[in-house]
Amino acid sequence: MTRESLLVLRDLQTWYGESHILHGVSLDVAEGEVVTLLGRNGAGKTTTLKSIMGLARHRRGSVAFGGQETVHLSPNRIARMGIAFCPEERGIFSSLNVRENLTLPPVIRDGGMSLDEVYDLFPILLERGGSVGTKLSGGEQQMLAIARILRTGAKFLLLDEPTEGLAPVIVEQIGRIINVLKERGYTILLVEQNFRFASTVADRHYVVEHGRIVDEVSGNAVSSNREKLEAYLGV
Amino acid sequence: MSTNEMSKTLGPDGGGGALVVGWKANRWWIAGLIVLAVAPFLVYPIFLAKILCFALFAIAFNLLLGYVGLLSFGHAAFFGMAAYISGHVMKEWGVTPEVAILIATASMAVLGVVFGMIAIRRQGIYFAMVTLALSQMVYFLALQSEFTHGEDGIQGIPRGAFLGLVSLESSLSIYYFVAGVFVLGFLFVYRVIHSPFGQVLKSVRENEARATSLGYDTDRYKLLAFTLSATLAGLAGATKVLVFQLASLTDVTWQMSGEVVLMTLLGGVGTILGPVVGAGIVVSMHNLLAEIGSVTTIVQGLIFILCVLVFRRGVVGEVSAWLRRRRSTKKHPRAG
Repeated sequence: MTRESLLVLRDLQTWYGESHILHGVSLDVAEGEVVTLLGRNGAGKTTTLKSIMGLARHRRGSVAFGGQETVHLSPNRIARMGIAFCPEERGIFSSLNVRENLTLPPVIRDGGMSLDEVYDLFPILLERGGSVGTKLSGGEQQMLAIARILRTGAKFLLLDEPTEGLAPVIVEQIGRIINVLKERGYTILLVEQNFRFASTVADRHYVVEHGRIVDEVSGNAVSSNREKLEAYLGV
Repeated sequence: MSTNEMSKTLGPDGGGGALVVGWKANRWWIAGLIVLAVAPFLVYPIFLAKILCFALFAIAFNLLLGYVGLLSFGHAAFFGMAAYISGHVMKEWGVTPEVAILIATASMAVLGVVFGMIAIRRQGIYFAMVTLALSQMVYFLALQSEFTHGEDGIQGIPRGAFLGLVSLESSLSIYYFVAGVFVLGFLFVYRVIHSPFGQVLKSVRENEARATSLGYDTDRYKLLAFTLSATLAGLAGATKVLVFQLASLTDVTWQMSGEVVLMTLLGGVGTILGPVVGAGIVVSMHNLLAEIGSVTTIVQGLIFILCVLVFRRGVVGEVSAWLRRRRSTKKHPRAG
Protein backbone atom coordinates (compact mmCIF):
# COMPACT_ATOMS: atom_id res chain seq x y z
CA MET A 1 0.00 0.00 0.00
CA THR A 2 1.61 3.22 -1.08
CA ARG A 3 0.10 6.39 0.18
CA GLU A 4 1.19 9.94 -0.29
CA SER A 5 3.04 11.43 2.65
CA LEU A 6 1.03 14.19 4.28
CA LEU A 7 3.74 15.31 6.63
CA VAL A 8 7.42 15.14 5.82
CA LEU A 9 10.12 16.13 8.31
CA ARG A 10 13.67 16.41 7.06
CA ASP A 11 16.63 17.13 9.33
CA LEU A 12 14.51 19.11 11.79
CA GLN A 13 16.64 20.80 14.45
CA THR A 14 15.21 22.72 17.38
CA TRP A 15 16.67 24.79 20.16
CA TYR A 16 15.26 25.97 23.47
CA GLY A 17 17.43 28.99 24.15
CA GLU A 18 20.99 27.65 24.24
CA SER A 19 20.12 23.98 24.45
CA HIS A 20 19.97 22.00 21.27
CA ILE A 21 17.05 19.58 21.62
CA LEU A 22 16.36 18.04 18.23
CA HIS A 23 19.44 17.01 16.28
CA GLY A 24 17.90 16.34 12.91
CA VAL A 25 14.60 14.50 13.02
CA SER A 26 13.37 13.01 9.75
CA LEU A 27 10.07 11.19 9.46
CA ASP A 28 7.07 10.72 7.21
CA VAL A 29 3.41 10.36 8.01
CA ALA A 30 1.07 9.24 5.26
CA GLU A 31 -2.51 10.37 5.01
CA GLY A 32 -4.82 8.28 7.18
CA GLU A 33 -1.99 6.76 9.17
CA VAL A 34 -1.62 6.59 12.94
CA VAL A 35 2.02 6.92 13.89
CA THR A 36 3.55 7.05 17.34
CA LEU A 37 6.72 8.55 18.65
CA LEU A 38 8.10 6.35 21.40
CA GLY A 39 10.97 7.20 23.66
CA ARG A 40 12.14 8.04 27.14
CA ASN A 41 11.50 11.26 29.00
CA GLY A 42 13.50 14.09 27.52
CA ALA A 43 14.16 12.29 24.24
CA GLY A 44 12.50 15.05 22.22
CA LYS A 45 9.07 13.61 21.44
CA THR A 46 7.04 16.53 22.67
CA THR A 47 9.53 18.94 21.15
CA THR A 48 9.01 17.27 17.80
CA LEU A 49 5.27 17.91 18.03
CA LYS A 50 5.82 21.48 19.18
CA SER A 51 8.25 22.05 16.34
CA ILE A 52 5.73 20.80 13.80
CA MET A 53 3.14 23.14 15.31
CA GLY A 54 5.56 26.04 15.38
CA LEU A 55 5.35 26.43 19.15
CA ALA A 56 9.06 25.84 19.46
CA ARG A 57 10.12 28.94 17.56
CA HIS A 58 13.79 28.34 17.08
CA ARG A 59 13.86 25.57 14.51
CA ARG A 60 15.66 24.70 11.32
CA GLY A 61 15.29 22.07 8.65
CA SER A 62 12.17 21.20 6.76
CA VAL A 63 8.60 20.55 7.87
CA ALA A 64 6.42 20.06 4.82
CA PHE A 65 2.71 19.64 5.26
CA GLY A 66 0.70 18.67 2.21
CA GLY A 67 3.70 19.63 0.10
CA GLN A 68 4.01 23.10 1.61
CA GLU A 69 6.97 24.21 3.72
CA THR A 70 5.82 25.42 7.16
CA VAL A 71 9.03 25.85 9.07
CA HIS A 72 8.88 29.64 8.84
CA LEU A 73 5.21 30.00 9.72
CA SER A 74 3.72 31.04 13.04
CA PRO A 75 1.58 28.56 15.01
CA ASN A 76 -1.73 30.18 14.12
CA ARG A 77 -0.93 29.97 10.39
CA ILE A 78 0.07 26.32 10.78
CA ALA A 79 -3.15 25.61 12.67
CA ARG A 80 -5.11 27.18 9.82
CA MET A 81 -3.50 24.75 7.37
CA GLY A 82 -5.28 21.92 9.15
CA ILE A 83 -2.95 20.69 11.88
CA ALA A 84 -4.39 20.49 15.39
CA PHE A 85 -2.37 20.00 18.53
CA CYS A 86 -3.58 18.45 21.78
CA PRO A 87 -0.90 19.23 24.37
CA GLU A 88 0.10 16.97 27.23
CA GLU A 89 -1.14 19.47 29.80
CA ARG A 90 -4.38 19.58 27.78
CA GLY A 91 -4.70 23.36 27.91
CA ILE A 92 -8.32 23.45 29.03
CA PHE A 93 -9.32 27.05 29.76
CA SER A 94 -10.49 27.40 33.34
CA SER A 95 -12.37 30.63 32.67
CA LEU A 96 -14.61 28.90 30.15
CA ASN A 97 -17.12 26.10 30.68
CA VAL A 98 -17.06 22.82 28.79
CA ARG A 99 -19.32 24.01 25.99
CA GLU A 100 -17.35 27.24 25.56
CA ASN A 101 -14.10 25.29 25.53
CA LEU A 102 -15.53 23.09 22.81
CA THR A 103 -16.71 25.92 20.63
CA LEU A 104 -13.70 28.19 21.14
CA PRO A 105 -11.41 26.86 18.38
CA PRO A 106 -12.17 28.45 15.03
CA VAL A 107 -13.62 26.27 12.28
CA ILE A 108 -10.93 26.48 9.65
CA ARG A 109 -12.49 24.41 6.90
CA ASP A 110 -15.44 22.17 6.08
CA GLY A 111 -15.40 18.54 7.01
CA GLY A 112 -14.99 18.95 10.75
CA MET A 113 -17.38 17.21 13.07
CA SER A 114 -20.56 18.95 14.07
CA LEU A 115 -21.19 19.53 17.73
CA ASP A 116 -23.71 16.66 17.69
CA GLU A 117 -21.17 14.26 16.25
CA VAL A 118 -18.69 15.31 18.90
CA TYR A 119 -21.28 14.65 21.60
CA ASP A 120 -22.01 11.24 20.05
CA LEU A 121 -18.37 10.35 20.41
CA PHE A 122 -18.00 11.94 23.85
CA PRO A 123 -21.41 11.77 25.57
CA ILE A 124 -19.88 12.79 28.88
CA LEU A 125 -19.16 16.27 27.49
CA LEU A 126 -22.84 16.89 26.79
CA GLU A 127 -23.63 15.92 30.35
CA ARG A 128 -20.96 18.23 31.77
CA GLY A 129 -21.57 21.07 29.31
CA GLY A 130 -22.07 23.78 31.92
CA SER A 131 -19.21 22.84 34.23
CA VAL A 132 -15.99 24.78 34.39
CA GLY A 133 -13.51 23.12 32.05
CA THR A 134 -10.87 22.42 34.67
CA LYS A 135 -13.37 21.00 37.19
CA LEU A 136 -13.63 17.82 35.12
CA SER A 137 -11.76 14.67 35.99
CA GLY A 138 -8.46 14.01 34.25
CA GLY A 139 -10.02 11.61 31.79
CA GLU A 140 -12.87 13.96 31.00
CA GLN A 141 -10.43 16.81 30.47
CA GLN A 142 -8.47 14.64 28.07
CA MET A 143 -11.67 13.86 26.16
CA LEU A 144 -12.49 17.57 26.03
CA ALA A 145 -9.00 18.41 24.80
CA ILE A 146 -9.32 15.89 21.96
CA ALA A 147 -12.95 16.70 21.25
CA ARG A 148 -12.47 20.40 20.74
CA ILE A 149 -9.94 20.02 17.95
CA LEU A 150 -12.28 17.72 16.00
CA ARG A 151 -14.71 20.52 15.30
CA THR A 152 -12.22 22.67 13.44
CA GLY A 153 -11.98 20.61 10.28
CA ALA A 154 -8.30 19.86 10.86
CA LYS A 155 -7.57 16.36 9.63
CA PHE A 156 -4.10 16.00 11.07
CA LEU A 157 -3.93 15.58 14.82
CA LEU A 158 -0.89 15.81 17.06
CA LEU A 159 -1.70 14.11 20.35
CA ASP A 160 0.81 14.44 23.16
CA GLU A 161 0.56 11.58 25.67
CA PRO A 162 -3.22 11.34 25.68
CA THR A 163 -3.18 8.44 28.16
CA GLU A 164 -0.77 9.85 30.73
CA GLY A 165 -1.97 9.42 34.29
CA LEU A 166 -5.34 7.99 33.36
CA ALA A 167 -7.14 4.92 34.68
CA PRO A 168 -6.97 1.78 32.48
CA VAL A 169 -10.68 2.00 31.64
CA ILE A 170 -10.23 5.53 30.34
CA VAL A 171 -7.11 4.54 28.42
CA GLU A 172 -9.14 1.85 26.69
CA GLN A 173 -11.82 4.39 25.86
CA ILE A 174 -9.27 6.76 24.36
CA GLY A 175 -7.87 3.87 22.33
CA ARG A 176 -11.35 3.25 20.92
CA ILE A 177 -11.75 6.91 20.08
CA ILE A 178 -8.43 6.98 18.24
CA ASN A 179 -9.54 3.97 16.21
CA VAL A 180 -12.82 5.69 15.36
CA LEU A 181 -10.94 8.78 14.25
CA LYS A 182 -8.69 6.63 12.09
CA GLU A 183 -11.70 5.05 10.42
CA ARG A 184 -12.98 8.52 9.69
CA GLY A 185 -9.80 9.33 7.83
CA TYR A 186 -7.95 11.40 10.39
CA THR A 187 -4.17 11.27 10.35
CA ILE A 188 -2.64 11.09 13.80
CA LEU A 189 0.86 11.56 15.13
CA LEU A 190 0.91 10.40 18.71
CA VAL A 191 3.47 10.71 21.46
CA GLU A 192 3.43 7.79 23.87
CA GLN A 193 5.49 6.27 26.64
CA ASN A 194 3.12 3.35 26.99
CA PHE A 195 3.98 1.20 24.00
CA ARG A 196 1.50 -1.49 24.94
CA PHE A 197 -1.19 1.12 24.37
CA ALA A 198 0.55 2.45 21.28
CA SER A 199 0.70 -0.99 19.72
CA THR A 200 -3.10 -1.26 19.92
CA VAL A 201 -3.73 1.86 17.87
CA ALA A 202 -0.75 2.65 15.65
CA ASP A 203 0.33 1.54 12.19
CA ARG A 204 3.95 2.42 12.76
CA HIS A 205 6.25 3.53 15.55
CA TYR A 206 9.29 5.74 15.53
CA VAL A 207 11.73 5.51 18.41
CA VAL A 208 13.19 8.84 19.47
CA GLU A 209 16.42 9.07 21.40
CA HIS A 210 18.58 12.13 22.14
CA GLY A 211 16.72 14.24 19.63
CA ARG A 212 17.00 11.77 16.73
CA ILE A 213 14.90 9.02 15.22
CA VAL A 214 16.89 5.88 16.01
CA ASP A 215 14.51 3.19 14.83
CA GLU A 216 11.28 2.47 13.08
CA VAL A 217 9.00 -0.48 13.81
CA SER A 218 5.84 -1.32 11.93
CA GLY A 219 2.74 -2.03 13.96
CA ASN A 220 2.51 -5.74 13.28
CA ALA A 221 6.19 -6.26 14.10
CA VAL A 222 5.84 -5.01 17.66
CA SER A 223 5.58 -8.42 19.25
CA SER A 224 8.64 -9.76 17.47
CA ASN A 225 10.57 -6.64 18.41
CA ARG A 226 9.36 -6.54 21.97
CA GLU A 227 12.76 -7.00 23.59
CA LYS A 228 14.38 -4.37 21.44
CA LEU A 229 11.63 -1.87 22.22
CA GLU A 230 11.82 -2.58 25.92
CA ALA A 231 15.52 -1.91 25.79
CA TYR A 232 14.86 1.46 24.13
CA LEU A 233 12.19 2.47 26.61
CA GLY A 234 13.42 0.82 29.79
CA VAL A 235 15.09 2.98 32.38
CA MET B 1 -23.67 55.99 47.27
CA SER B 2 -21.79 52.91 48.28
CA THR B 3 -25.04 51.20 49.25
CA ASN B 4 -26.40 51.93 45.80
CA GLU B 5 -23.29 50.46 44.29
CA MET B 6 -23.46 47.45 46.55
CA SER B 7 -26.96 46.64 45.48
CA LYS B 8 -25.67 46.58 41.93
CA THR B 9 -22.89 44.15 42.78
CA LEU B 10 -25.53 41.46 42.84
CA GLY B 11 -26.31 42.30 39.24
CA PRO B 12 -26.12 40.29 36.05
CA ASP B 13 -22.70 38.84 36.60
CA GLY B 14 -22.61 38.91 40.37
CA GLY B 15 -24.04 35.43 40.57
CA GLY B 16 -21.03 33.87 38.92
CA GLY B 17 -21.17 34.66 35.25
CA ALA B 18 -23.87 32.26 34.15
CA LEU B 19 -26.06 34.04 31.67
CA VAL B 20 -29.58 33.36 32.84
CA VAL B 21 -32.11 34.32 30.25
CA GLY B 22 -35.51 35.79 30.91
CA TRP B 23 -37.07 37.57 33.82
CA LYS B 24 -34.46 36.57 36.35
CA ALA B 25 -31.64 38.16 34.40
CA ASN B 26 -33.63 41.19 33.35
CA ARG B 27 -34.63 41.83 36.94
CA TRP B 28 -31.10 43.00 37.74
CA TRP B 29 -30.82 45.14 34.65
CA ILE B 30 -34.09 46.85 35.53
CA ALA B 31 -33.00 47.29 39.16
CA GLY B 32 -29.75 48.85 37.98
CA LEU B 33 -31.54 51.28 35.68
CA ILE B 34 -33.95 52.28 38.45
CA VAL B 35 -31.04 52.92 40.80
CA LEU B 36 -29.40 55.09 38.12
CA ALA B 37 -32.64 56.98 37.58
CA VAL B 38 -33.46 57.61 41.24
CA ALA B 39 -29.95 58.20 42.60
CA PRO B 40 -29.62 61.91 41.68
CA PHE B 41 -32.60 62.72 43.90
CA LEU B 42 -30.81 61.23 46.88
CA VAL B 43 -27.18 62.17 46.22
CA TYR B 44 -25.56 65.24 44.66
CA PRO B 45 -25.84 64.57 40.89
CA ILE B 46 -22.44 66.02 39.90
CA PHE B 47 -20.78 63.67 42.37
CA LEU B 48 -22.67 60.75 40.85
CA ALA B 49 -21.76 61.86 37.35
CA LYS B 50 -18.11 61.92 38.40
CA ILE B 51 -18.39 58.37 39.71
CA LEU B 52 -19.99 57.21 36.47
CA CYS B 53 -17.23 58.78 34.37
CA PHE B 54 -14.55 57.08 36.42
CA ALA B 55 -16.56 53.86 36.42
CA LEU B 56 -16.59 53.91 32.63
CA PHE B 57 -12.86 54.60 32.63
CA ALA B 58 -12.29 51.64 34.97
CA ILE B 59 -14.54 49.40 32.87
CA ALA B 60 -12.44 50.26 29.83
CA PHE B 61 -9.26 49.49 31.74
CA ASN B 62 -10.69 46.25 33.11
CA LEU B 63 -11.49 45.05 29.60
CA LEU B 64 -7.75 44.92 29.05
CA LEU B 65 -6.48 43.80 32.46
CA GLY B 66 -9.36 41.56 33.45
CA TYR B 67 -10.07 39.86 30.16
CA VAL B 68 -6.77 39.91 28.26
CA GLY B 69 -4.41 40.04 31.24
CA LEU B 70 -2.55 43.10 30.03
CA LEU B 71 -1.73 45.69 32.70
CA SER B 72 -1.58 49.08 31.06
CA PHE B 73 0.04 51.79 33.08
CA GLY B 74 -0.75 54.53 30.62
CA HIS B 75 -4.49 54.69 30.27
CA ALA B 76 -4.53 58.27 31.55
CA ALA B 77 -3.17 59.22 28.13
CA PHE B 78 -6.47 58.26 26.50
CA PHE B 79 -8.63 59.56 29.32
CA GLY B 80 -6.84 62.91 29.53
CA MET B 81 -6.22 63.48 25.84
CA ALA B 82 -9.87 62.81 25.03
CA ALA B 83 -10.77 65.36 27.69
CA TYR B 84 -8.56 67.97 26.04
CA ILE B 85 -9.86 67.25 22.57
CA SER B 86 -13.53 67.33 23.46
CA GLY B 87 -12.98 70.44 25.60
CA HIS B 88 -11.16 72.15 22.75
CA VAL B 89 -13.72 71.39 20.05
CA MET B 90 -16.59 72.40 22.33
CA LYS B 91 -15.03 75.68 23.35
CA GLU B 92 -13.26 76.75 20.16
CA TRP B 93 -15.36 75.17 17.44
CA GLY B 94 -18.66 75.39 19.29
CA VAL B 95 -19.84 71.90 18.38
CA THR B 96 -22.59 70.14 20.31
CA PRO B 97 -21.56 67.82 23.16
CA GLU B 98 -22.32 64.54 21.41
CA VAL B 99 -20.24 65.59 18.39
CA ALA B 100 -17.37 66.63 20.68
CA ILE B 101 -17.51 63.26 22.42
CA LEU B 102 -17.53 61.44 19.10
CA ILE B 103 -14.54 63.39 17.79
CA ALA B 104 -12.54 62.82 20.98
CA THR B 105 -13.46 59.14 21.20
CA ALA B 106 -12.60 58.49 17.57
CA SER B 107 -9.23 60.21 18.05
CA MET B 108 -8.51 57.90 20.96
CA ALA B 109 -9.36 54.90 18.80
CA VAL B 110 -6.63 56.04 16.40
CA LEU B 111 -4.18 56.73 19.25
CA GLY B 112 -5.12 53.33 20.71
CA VAL B 113 -4.17 51.54 17.48
CA VAL B 114 -0.81 53.34 17.37
CA PHE B 115 0.04 52.76 21.04
CA GLY B 116 -1.33 49.25 20.89
CA MET B 117 0.83 48.27 17.94
CA ILE B 118 3.90 49.29 19.90
CA ALA B 119 2.88 47.97 23.31
CA ILE B 120 1.36 44.54 22.62
CA ARG B 121 4.68 43.22 21.39
CA ARG B 122 5.67 42.78 25.00
CA GLN B 123 4.00 41.29 28.06
CA GLY B 124 3.98 41.84 31.80
CA ILE B 125 6.20 44.51 33.24
CA TYR B 126 7.54 45.48 29.79
CA PHE B 127 4.04 46.09 28.50
CA ALA B 128 3.29 48.23 31.54
CA MET B 129 6.49 50.23 31.08
CA VAL B 130 5.95 50.79 27.37
CA THR B 131 2.44 52.09 28.01
CA LEU B 132 3.78 54.29 30.81
CA ALA B 133 6.46 55.71 28.54
CA LEU B 134 3.95 56.45 25.78
CA SER B 135 1.56 58.12 28.19
CA GLN B 136 4.37 60.26 29.59
CA MET B 137 4.94 61.51 26.05
CA VAL B 138 1.29 62.46 25.89
CA TYR B 139 1.70 64.22 29.24
CA PHE B 140 4.61 66.19 27.84
CA LEU B 141 2.54 67.17 24.80
CA ALA B 142 -0.29 68.29 27.06
CA LEU B 143 2.12 70.36 29.11
CA GLN B 144 3.79 72.03 26.13
CA SER B 145 1.33 72.35 23.31
CA GLU B 146 -0.79 75.40 22.82
CA PHE B 147 -4.27 74.02 22.58
CA THR B 148 -4.09 72.42 26.02
CA HIS B 149 -3.03 75.69 27.68
CA GLY B 150 -0.31 73.96 29.73
CA GLU B 151 -0.68 74.39 33.47
CA ASP B 152 -3.95 76.29 33.14
CA GLY B 153 -5.77 73.62 31.18
CA ILE B 154 -8.89 74.38 29.20
CA GLN B 155 -11.28 76.20 31.50
CA GLY B 156 -14.87 77.34 31.26
CA ILE B 157 -15.88 74.74 28.70
CA PRO B 158 -19.58 75.16 27.87
CA ARG B 159 -21.76 72.10 28.37
CA GLY B 160 -23.84 73.04 25.38
CA ALA B 161 -27.07 71.42 24.41
CA PHE B 162 -27.50 67.73 23.55
CA LEU B 163 -28.21 67.49 19.81
CA GLY B 164 -28.48 71.26 19.98
CA LEU B 165 -31.90 70.86 21.61
CA VAL B 166 -31.64 69.88 25.27
CA SER B 167 -29.51 72.13 27.43
CA LEU B 168 -27.12 70.27 29.71
CA GLU B 169 -26.47 73.23 31.99
CA SER B 170 -28.44 71.94 34.96
CA SER B 171 -26.90 69.32 37.23
CA LEU B 172 -29.72 66.89 36.65
CA SER B 173 -29.62 67.05 32.88
CA ILE B 174 -25.86 66.55 32.75
CA TYR B 175 -26.22 63.65 35.16
CA TYR B 176 -28.75 61.89 32.96
CA PHE B 177 -26.63 62.54 29.90
CA VAL B 178 -23.61 60.96 31.61
CA ALA B 179 -25.74 58.07 32.87
CA GLY B 180 -26.87 57.45 29.29
CA VAL B 181 -23.28 57.37 28.03
CA PHE B 182 -22.32 55.10 30.91
CA VAL B 183 -25.12 52.63 30.22
CA LEU B 184 -24.17 52.46 26.54
CA GLY B 185 -20.52 51.88 27.42
CA PHE B 186 -21.43 49.28 30.02
CA LEU B 187 -23.72 47.39 27.64
CA PHE B 188 -21.06 47.47 24.95
CA VAL B 189 -18.42 45.96 27.22
CA TYR B 190 -20.93 43.41 28.52
CA ARG B 191 -21.63 42.31 24.97
CA VAL B 192 -17.93 42.14 24.11
CA ILE B 193 -17.11 40.02 27.14
CA HIS B 194 -19.92 37.56 26.47
CA SER B 195 -19.28 37.27 22.75
CA PRO B 196 -17.10 34.63 21.08
CA PHE B 197 -14.51 37.41 20.75
CA GLY B 198 -14.55 37.78 24.54
CA GLN B 199 -13.98 34.07 24.95
CA VAL B 200 -10.96 34.20 22.70
CA LEU B 201 -9.64 37.09 24.82
CA LYS B 202 -10.04 35.01 27.97
CA SER B 203 -8.23 32.11 26.33
CA VAL B 204 -5.37 34.45 25.40
CA ARG B 205 -5.16 35.66 28.98
CA GLU B 206 -5.02 32.13 30.28
CA ASN B 207 -2.77 30.39 27.82
CA GLU B 208 -1.61 32.39 24.85
CA ALA B 209 0.40 29.55 23.32
CA ARG B 210 -2.67 27.32 23.35
CA ALA B 211 -4.86 29.98 21.76
CA THR B 212 -2.26 30.44 19.01
CA SER B 213 -1.98 26.75 18.34
CA LEU B 214 -5.75 26.53 17.97
CA GLY B 215 -5.37 28.95 15.09
CA TYR B 216 -5.89 32.41 16.55
CA ASP B 217 -3.60 35.27 15.65
CA THR B 218 -3.43 36.44 19.26
CA ASP B 219 -1.67 39.72 18.44
CA ARG B 220 -4.63 40.85 16.39
CA TYR B 221 -7.02 40.06 19.23
CA LYS B 222 -4.82 41.88 21.71
CA LEU B 223 -4.56 44.90 19.45
CA LEU B 224 -8.31 45.03 18.99
CA ALA B 225 -8.90 44.72 22.73
CA PHE B 226 -6.33 47.44 23.39
CA THR B 227 -7.98 49.72 20.88
CA LEU B 228 -11.46 49.12 22.31
CA SER B 229 -10.14 49.79 25.78
CA ALA B 230 -8.42 53.02 24.68
CA THR B 231 -11.53 54.15 22.86
CA LEU B 232 -13.75 53.60 25.88
CA ALA B 233 -11.24 55.33 28.16
CA GLY B 234 -11.44 58.22 25.71
CA LEU B 235 -15.22 58.17 25.89
CA ALA B 236 -14.99 58.41 29.67
CA GLY B 237 -12.53 61.32 29.54
CA ALA B 238 -14.54 63.20 26.94
CA THR B 239 -17.68 62.83 29.03
CA LYS B 240 -15.97 63.92 32.21
CA VAL B 241 -15.07 67.25 30.61
CA LEU B 242 -18.76 68.04 30.21
CA VAL B 243 -19.36 67.46 33.90
CA PHE B 244 -16.51 69.61 35.23
CA GLN B 245 -16.19 72.00 32.27
CA LEU B 246 -12.46 71.70 32.72
CA ALA B 247 -9.68 69.71 31.06
CA SER B 248 -6.49 69.77 33.08
CA LEU B 249 -3.13 68.09 33.44
CA THR B 250 -4.44 65.95 36.32
CA ASP B 251 -6.22 63.74 33.81
CA VAL B 252 -3.05 62.84 31.88
CA THR B 253 -0.68 62.24 34.78
CA TRP B 254 0.66 58.81 35.61
CA GLN B 255 -1.14 59.11 38.96
CA MET B 256 -4.39 58.97 37.03
CA SER B 257 -3.18 55.76 35.34
CA GLY B 258 -2.49 54.40 38.82
CA GLU B 259 -5.86 55.49 40.11
CA VAL B 260 -7.69 53.39 37.53
CA VAL B 261 -5.57 50.36 38.43
CA LEU B 262 -6.57 50.89 42.06
CA MET B 263 -10.26 51.22 41.22
CA THR B 264 -10.24 48.04 39.19
CA LEU B 265 -8.34 45.96 41.74
CA LEU B 266 -10.39 47.28 44.65
CA GLY B 267 -13.68 46.53 42.93
CA GLY B 268 -12.64 43.21 41.46
CA VAL B 269 -10.59 42.63 38.35
CA GLY B 270 -12.22 40.52 35.67
CA THR B 271 -15.75 41.12 36.93
CA ILE B 272 -18.15 43.32 35.02
CA LEU B 273 -19.34 45.30 38.04
CA GLY B 274 -16.03 45.41 39.90
CA PRO B 275 -14.70 48.55 38.22
CA VAL B 276 -17.99 50.35 38.88
CA VAL B 277 -17.85 49.55 42.58
CA GLY B 278 -14.13 50.37 42.71
CA ALA B 279 -14.70 53.74 41.07
CA GLY B 280 -17.51 54.42 43.55
CA ILE B 281 -15.25 53.63 46.49
CA VAL B 282 -12.25 55.61 45.28
CA VAL B 283 -14.22 58.69 44.24
CA SER B 284 -16.21 58.65 47.50
CA MET B 285 -12.99 58.31 49.43
CA HIS B 286 -11.52 61.32 47.66
CA ASN B 287 -14.60 63.33 48.52
CA LEU B 288 -14.71 62.28 52.15
CA LEU B 289 -11.02 62.84 52.68
CA ALA B 290 -10.79 66.06 50.66
CA GLU B 291 -10.62 68.20 53.80
CA ILE B 292 -7.61 66.47 55.28
CA GLY B 293 -5.59 67.09 52.14
CA SER B 294 -2.46 65.11 51.39
CA VAL B 295 -3.24 62.42 53.95
CA THR B 296 -5.66 61.05 51.32
CA THR B 297 -2.88 59.26 49.50
CA ILE B 298 -1.78 57.55 52.73
CA VAL B 299 -5.29 56.34 53.45
CA GLN B 300 -5.65 55.26 49.84
CA GLY B 301 -2.39 53.35 50.06
CA LEU B 302 -3.44 51.61 53.26
CA ILE B 303 -6.76 50.59 51.75
CA PHE B 304 -4.97 49.23 48.73
CA ILE B 305 -2.62 47.16 50.91
CA LEU B 306 -5.57 45.91 52.93
CA CYS B 307 -7.38 44.95 49.74
CA VAL B 308 -4.44 43.02 48.37
CA LEU B 309 -3.82 41.22 51.66
CA VAL B 310 -7.37 40.44 52.75
CA PHE B 311 -9.63 40.34 49.73
CA ARG B 312 -7.52 39.85 46.68
CA ARG B 313 -10.44 39.29 44.35
CA GLY B 314 -11.79 42.76 45.12
CA VAL B 315 -15.19 43.61 46.56
CA VAL B 316 -17.27 42.17 43.74
CA GLY B 317 -14.98 39.16 43.29
CA GLU B 318 -15.29 38.26 46.98
CA VAL B 319 -19.05 38.78 47.08
CA SER B 320 -19.67 36.60 44.04
CA ALA B 321 -17.29 33.92 45.34
CA TRP B 322 -19.19 33.98 48.62
CA LEU B 323 -22.53 33.67 46.80
CA ARG B 324 -21.23 30.75 44.77
CA ARG B 325 -20.00 28.98 47.90
CA ARG B 326 -23.34 29.51 49.60
CA ARG B 327 -25.22 28.23 46.60
CA SER B 328 -23.14 25.06 46.35
CA THR B 329 -23.44 24.28 50.08
CA LYS B 330 -27.18 24.78 49.73
CA LYS B 331 -27.33 22.45 46.77
CA HIS B 332 -25.18 19.64 48.11
CA PRO B 333 -27.10 18.53 51.22
CA ARG B 334 -30.20 18.10 49.04
CA ALA B 335 -28.38 16.14 46.39
CA GLY B 336 -26.55 13.96 48.92
